Amino acid sequence: MPPVTANSPGATDPGRIRNFCIIAHIDHGKSTLADRMLQLTGVVDARQMRAQYLDRMDIERERGITIKSQAVRMPWTVREGDQVGDQAVLNMIDTPGHVDFTYEVSRSLAACEGAVLLVDAAQGIEAQTLANLYLALENDLHVIPVLNKIDLPAAQPEKYAEELAHLIGCQPEDCLRVSGKTGEGVPHLLDEIVRQFQPPTGDADAPARAMIFDSVYDVYRGVVTYVRVIDGRIEARDRIKMMSTGAVHELLELGVISPEMEKAQALGVGEVGYLITGVKDVRQSRVGDTVTINIRPAKEALGGYKDPKPMVYSGLYPIDGSDYPGLRDALDKLKLNDAALGYEPETSAALGFGFRCGFLGLLHLEIIQERLEREFGLDLISTAPNVVYRVIMEDGAEHTVTNPSEYPTGKVAEVYEPVVRATVLTPNDFVGAVMELCQGRRGTLLGMDYLSADRVELRYTLPLAEIIYDFFDQLKSRTKGYASLDYEPSGEQKADLVKVDILLHGEAVDAFSAIVHKDKAYNYGVTIAAKLRNLIPRQQFEVPIQAAIGNRVIARETIRAIRKDVLAKCYGGDITRKRKLLEKQKEGKKRMKMVGRVEVPQEAFIAALSTSDSPDAGKGGKK
Amino acid sequence: MPGQLPDGDAVPADGALPDGTALTGRGFGVYVHVPFCASRCGYCDFNTYTAAELGGGASRDQYADTVLAELALARRIVNPPRVDTVFFGGGTPTLLDPDDLGRILEAIDRTWGLAGDAEVTTEANPESVTPESLRRLRKAGFTRISLGMQSAALGVLAVLDRKHTPGRARAAAREAREAGFDHVNLDLIYGTPGESVDDFAASLAAAVGAGVDHVSAYALIVEDGTRLATRMRRGELPYPSDDVAADRYLAAEAALGAAGFSWYEVSNWATSEAARCRHNLLYWTGGDWWGLGPGAHSHVGGVRWWNVKHPSAYASRLADGHSPGHAREVLTATDRHVEDVMLRLRLSSGLPLSALDAAGREAAAHAVKDGLLEERDDRLVLTLRGRLLADAVVRDLLP
Ligand SMILES: Nc1nc2c(ncn2[C@@H]2O[C@H](COP(=O)(O)OP(=O)(O)O)[C@@H](O)[C@H]2O)c(=O)[nH]1
Ligand SMILES: C[S@@+](CC[C@H](N)C(=O)[O-])C[C@H]1O[C@@H](n2cnc3c(N)ncnc32)[C@H](O)[C@@H]1O
Ligand code: SF4
Repeated sequence: MPPVTANSPGATDPGRIRNFCIIAHIDHGKSTLADRMLQLTGVVDARQMRAQYLDRMDIERERGITIKSQAVRMPWTVREGDQVGDQAVLNMIDTPGHVDFTYEVSRSLAACEGAVLLVDAAQGIEAQTLANLYLALENDLHVIPVLNKIDLPAAQPEKYAEELAHLIGCQPEDCLRVSGKTGEGVPHLLDEIVRQFQPPTGDADAPARAMIFDSVYDVYRGVVTYVRVIDGRIEARDRIKMMSTGAVHELLELGVISPEMEKAQALGVGEVGYLITGVKDVRQSRVGDTVTINIRPAKEALGGYKDPKPMVYSGLYPIDGSDYPGLRDALDKLKLNDAALGYEPETSAALGFGFRCGFLGLLHLEIIQERLEREFGLDLISTAPNVVYRVIMEDGAEHTVTNPSEYPTGKVAEVYEPVVRATVLTPNDFVGAVMELCQGRRGTLLGMDYLSADRVELRYTLPLAEIIYDFFDQLKSRTKGYASLDYEPSGEQKADLVKVDILLHGEAVDAFSAIVHKDKAYNYGVTIAAKLRNLIPRQQFEVPIQAAIGNRVIARETIRAIRKDVLAKCYGGDITRKRKLLEKQKEGKKRMKMVGRVEVPQEAFIAALSTSDSPDAGKGGKK
Repeated sequence: MPGQLPDGDAVPADGALPDGTALTGRGFGVYVHVPFCASRCGYCDFNTYTAAELGGGASRDQYADTVLAELALARRIVNPPRVDTVFFGGGTPTLLDPDDLGRILEAIDRTWGLAGDAEVTTEANPESVTPESLRRLRKAGFTRISLGMQSAALGVLAVLDRKHTPGRARAAAREAREAGFDHVNLDLIYGTPGESVDDFAASLAAAVGAGVDHVSAYALIVEDGTRLATRMRRGELPYPSDDVAADRYLAAEAALGAAGFSWYEVSNWATSEAARCRHNLLYWTGGDWWGLGPGAHSHVGGVRWWNVKHPSAYASRLADGHSPGHAREVLTATDRHVEDVMLRLRLSSGLPLSALDAAGREAAAHAVKDGLLEERDDRLVLTLRGRLLADAVVRDLLP
């Protein structure tokens, strides 16, 4: 337990509490700074110090991203200034750093009164940070701009202080300068957190209301729910109620993190901590939901709760069909800790048995796929990701299409596709290249601002479908890696979309059906048809490969018939060798997937799918 | 480099066959492998060695005696009523003196008895025979000779590392007929990189013009580990194309057909039923034979075995009084069925429909519809297009 007894959980004067988060781009030093704070506040001593204490999941650490947020309670006695000697309780709430988790970020921000905007003094602000900054400002958070890594010779604090001042509307002198590495300026930052950020306000006598800003499944403890108490008080023996569903749970334990879980008697107004109820699925304890007490429930939930809605779908198939049950079990496990992950069984003629999975975005997809492969040892093939379409038929019927091969037949009146509001930060020199890219992806320019003399912020509305296809790679390659991207869903738009089918010997191959813009249909058809022609071995008969919109063929390739398939050599009496060769060939034939009468090695489908431009937009948060 | 032998079960030291193994009664042949060549052709992975490759150990001079030792062992194991066919293959059997070959043949006759009408073939390289050696072979009892002509085009022979001139094969064939051989075969290889349509047409014309009664035409196969494969991997020569091979095959069928030859196996044509190689037919119709010599394969009543590959290992096994058998397999009913379909379908006599199960017949009906098979008197016979896709048809007919 921290030595500050007056500040025990459940008994802390809200006036002492400061709830804040750190907004930073990947690698700008958030973890290092957080570690430094843990050390300075005495919560972790140098010996216990594990690098990047707050990032717990391996993948996160390797990829340098934070998926799940957590909160640490730190005591701090102000060292300088007019409040010197004041004892404060700081709750540092970690925000997820990525575009796919905007909703979770917004809930983390909603649990805070202030945000530290941390910017690498040698790099300047990036699109990701900008987006989160706007989110913080929208949530009425007070922002302290901080330039980090000032120990670096390449640091240009003057330049970037100007930029930040321009963005936030403060003076360049208001930007604090720290080094998470050396610790310089960090105590001052902690003092300023106490000085500048507002303490939480709430009605201690009102029925309890606490907002869930994170929910994590733990094998030993079940779901651990992180909350910020707004009004009232939650006691260790209460029965709590989830306001979105009305479900009531017995509380097994509550407490705070400092930096390990510490049991407590209660959590009061403004406090941040965890609840454990024994539920086993994060869906029963959803981010954004309001927790109240069953015997004296609040009347109104806190605002802002949303059901996580998948934005991107992809079919996941085990390369070895016998792994199918393993894949199902693995998804069931991951789902416990991921309220946004959805999936249902799907059968593909080309790929066999698998699951159509819904994700928040491409990064989410990638993370899940990577965890399935790494933690569960599965070899997977995924179909090209697609967005969700709303199709309205001439007879007024409406369909939600999450799989292109289920696009309705018949007379389509209108099709709607999801769009995003994208922010691109780029050096001045590449503005033309970025605009060209966005134009080519059916983007509409919303606005453009100079952050400084040589850095430009471009805002676009873009179809989500255009972003999940190779956009981020293109952006990076056209700007020599300098541009950064962020985006958030912003509704839908009517679009001229068509479904392109790829037919092999007259049979549609489900895995390659795609919904694309009318102007891009031809290109898609030609590309896939050519790829398949090179990948599918010649058959005993000629095999046409066609790309078609409905009955109209828009592109065609032909796999010529194989003319010779016979061992015409003198093999004498070695019949055994010939028979073994035949048996091997027959084994190979058994592994073929049949599309009508066409034998296609699964590798051909895999190659056709995976050589397609990889879904990389999801790495938007990475350098 | 000689290719690999298959894996299999162990052969007992005395070479005894599993209890209950019985001759099939479909004829009995003897194969004599002669593992020597003057030089190695770049495409060849047969079990054969040049003098330099052999080093010491197994010499050509003692080779006939070593084979006789295996024959003595064979006599204790099988007892066929008579020997219907004998085939000396290689390698280059004619690198041995005709007296050596004659001595082995005589021993076979003494051991099991040659049938009165026995077919006795030897392979030969065109440059390894002379009118005189051919006369001696004929006198020793050989009735048939198979000459490795490969091509009549100088450039093609060079790519194949052949040591004879384009005209030599034709001359040797004529000499063989003059020496009294009724049956003479020429081997051709098609699809060699650099071979033109005209080159192959000329080779066919030369073979037909040589007055032989049998032609074998093989598609060039690039075997792993050969010099040819290395050259192709390095990009010095292009890989053969299946489409070109198909065109060549059709050209062979046309030219040979016009000259009065008809196919009786995918790669073999003969001018009459009597001109067909009875020894090879015995392989393809499930007959019994004993293979003498290193790496030689044998089949008796559903048991296949093969000898150790290297001539010195072979010789030392026999010197120790052990069977030179390296490994063997006892064919299961399924194996036999697979082999039956695989081998018979390649013959013009075809596969009896009754040999197939219901699924196989359904697949056959498909192949008939696709123009790959013809049904004749309850037998399935490959069409011309089907011959080019024979392996695919076989795979389709089998479960
Ligand atoms: N020189 C210097 N390097 C720093 C400082 N803070 C962090 N770094 C380095 O920057 C890299 C990214 O830091 P990290 O804390 O992991 O960034 P995060 O991705 O924002 O959590 C690491 O190599 C750190 O060692 C600093 O103040 N000065
Ligand atoms: C056992 S070989 C020996 C014949 C003899 N030593 C000669 O080369 O004249 C029999 C025939 O197999 C054929 N052959 C050998 N290797 C081949 C290959 N790699 N591809 C196609 N045919 C081949 C040749 O036509 C050769 O004449
Ligand atoms: S002569 Fe015949 S057996 Fe000898 S290496 Fe050449 S092809 Fe092979």
